[in-house]
Amino acid sequence: MHQSTLAQLSAALESKQISSEELTRLYLDRCKNFNDSLNCFITITEDEAIEKAKQADQLRAENKHTALTGIPVAQKDIFCTNGVKTSCGSKMLDNFIAPYDATVVEKMNAAGFVTLGKTNMDEFAMGSSNETSFYGPVKNPWNTEYVPGGSSGGSASAVAARLAPIATGTDTGGSIRQPASLCGITGLKPTYGRVSRYGMIAFASSLDQGGPMALTAEDAALMMNVIAGFDERDSTSAEQNVDDYTKNLNNSIEGLKIGLPKEYFGEGLDSNIAKVIEDGIKELEKLGAICKEIELPNTELSIPAYYVVAPAECSSNLSRFDGVRFGYRCNDPKDLSDLYTRSRGEGFGKEVKRRIMIGAYVLSAGYYDAYYLKAQQIRHLIRDDFQTAFKDVDVIAGPTATGTAFKLNEKLNDPVSMYLSDIYTVSVNLAGLPAISIPAGFVNKLPVGMQLIGNYFDESRLLNIAHKYQQATDWHQQIPEGFE
Amino acid sequence: MSLDKSEVQKIAWLARLAIDEQDIPSYSDELSNILSLVERMNSVDTDGISPIAHPLELPARLRADEVTEKDQRDHFQEHAPLTESGCYLVPKVIE
Repeated sequence: MHQSTLAQLSAALESKQISSEELTRLYLDRCKNFNDSLNCFITITEDEAIEKAKQADQLRAENKHTALTGIPVAQKDIFCTNGVKTSCGSKMLDNFIAPYDATVVEKMNAAGFVTLGKTNMDEFAMGSSNETSFYGPVKNPWNTEYVPGGSSGGSASAVAARLAPIATGTDTGGSIRQPASLCGITGLKPTYGRVSRYGMIAFASSLDQGGPMALTAEDAALMMNVIAGFDERDSTSAEQNVDDYTKNLNNSIEGLKIGLPKEYFGEGLDSNIAKVIEDGIKELEKLGAICKEIELPNTELSIPAYYVVAPAECSSNLSRFDGVRFGYRCNDPKDLSDLYTRSRGEGFGKEVKRRIMIGAYVLSAGYYDAYYLKAQQIRHLIRDDFQTAFKDVDVIAGPTATGTAFKLNEKLNDPVSMYLSDIYTVSVNLAGLPAISIPAGFVNKLPVGMQLIGNYFDESRLLNIAHKYQQATDWHQQIPEGFE
Repeated sequence: MSLDKSEVQKIAWLARLAIDEQDIPSYSDELSNILSLVERMNSVDTDGISPIAHPLELPARLRADEVTEKDQRDHFQEHAPLTESGCYLVPKVIE
């Protein structure tokens, strides 16, 4: 049963083959059994989950349910969950019990999802390996000596190991797509503004976007139908109408024009990964797609621009953690400034401190034009590159990450090398576009993800292409050994 | 770009972060490396390009100036490290 997709679980619940309580207990047992080895959960909410599952069974008995009522989910620990610890992977929030639900959580609860727990993540979503978490690194179920990617590494690992049928993630520079690629699952980063950021702890507000991490594109579409949409509590929420993301899943992709950016296949890409992606593209061609080479000439600049914009916004957002209103407070502060500096110095981990300091520096008097303004100008160039490309092609395809999962500790002390591995994902966030990572093969028994980038609000088309690809391939059905 | 010890201390103060004296050399190296990466931006001429802060360049939405939040002071203060009579406590600021 734990190998099932959302669509299959929904059918099993509908036909009374299994109850939500049985299903929830089954997944809770897996979470508890495997969490020692994978560390993908910070909190497992067993009692609340069983209670919610019983309610779901009651709703089904009374015929007051949705198709998803009673299906378990794992929430990334960046989403506020009323009455449940919400740590964001940080010592700073180790004692924080969220006093309200994020919009995403509220909508999923209303649809009947049963929350199994809160997944581990890089501290404040800053990292690409899930090693910066205060709660220790998450392991990749394909090989537990390897990282799952980050920052949504707990969600990716949990879904890949079938500890949860689906999970939420957030993506500021690749944090849904890169762990999805490294763990062999499907992860969608929606258009900026498509999914509400209310109650999602802010890292870089002009880049952050929540989305589904699932076994299939169809499941991602089912979750998008629940979480997408306008929210007046998020001032950057898009007022655009929401598609039914399942409606076009089976459309033919005959004649679809796919752009292949030459910058995504150049040096820096592992040749084995390149081969997997080329095979994936051939598969799309077999389904009728037409490919052509395109250029995204400012791709190289996306990393430097991102590592100005994201730290600048993080230094501003994280100034709220001051030891006064919530979160960690140092012992025996001698004065107010000691309270601030020691609470922050002791409460934040090293990567978060590095990024806050970079942000404080680039925003400091005399440096604004040279760094922040310059980065926002480059952001304009990057967005224009994509818009020029989309005059010619419907979607853009390429690798999600430069390599497969790497070993724990391999890059931990070399932040710049870690940052450079985000080359294929960060420009999408700078431009605010939607993109999906889907399993496309393996290199040395580790999964490889293919990325599809769409134009604004074209999630439906990305899900359609991903679904057609998954109908023709079985990479997404592979299960890591020991988790069958 | 290379940051020396006093610059690292100045940035840490701007960010209100207490950092250990012994960690300053590693911060100095790492921050300098990150800034060198960032300076690759200078390879492109951006004169005349307008900066964008919002990817879709949509203006921030305004709402009517109405009270929408209800008073939840006690609820929120349950999570505060130190409060008294509805106030957050901090070390004495004015002697």
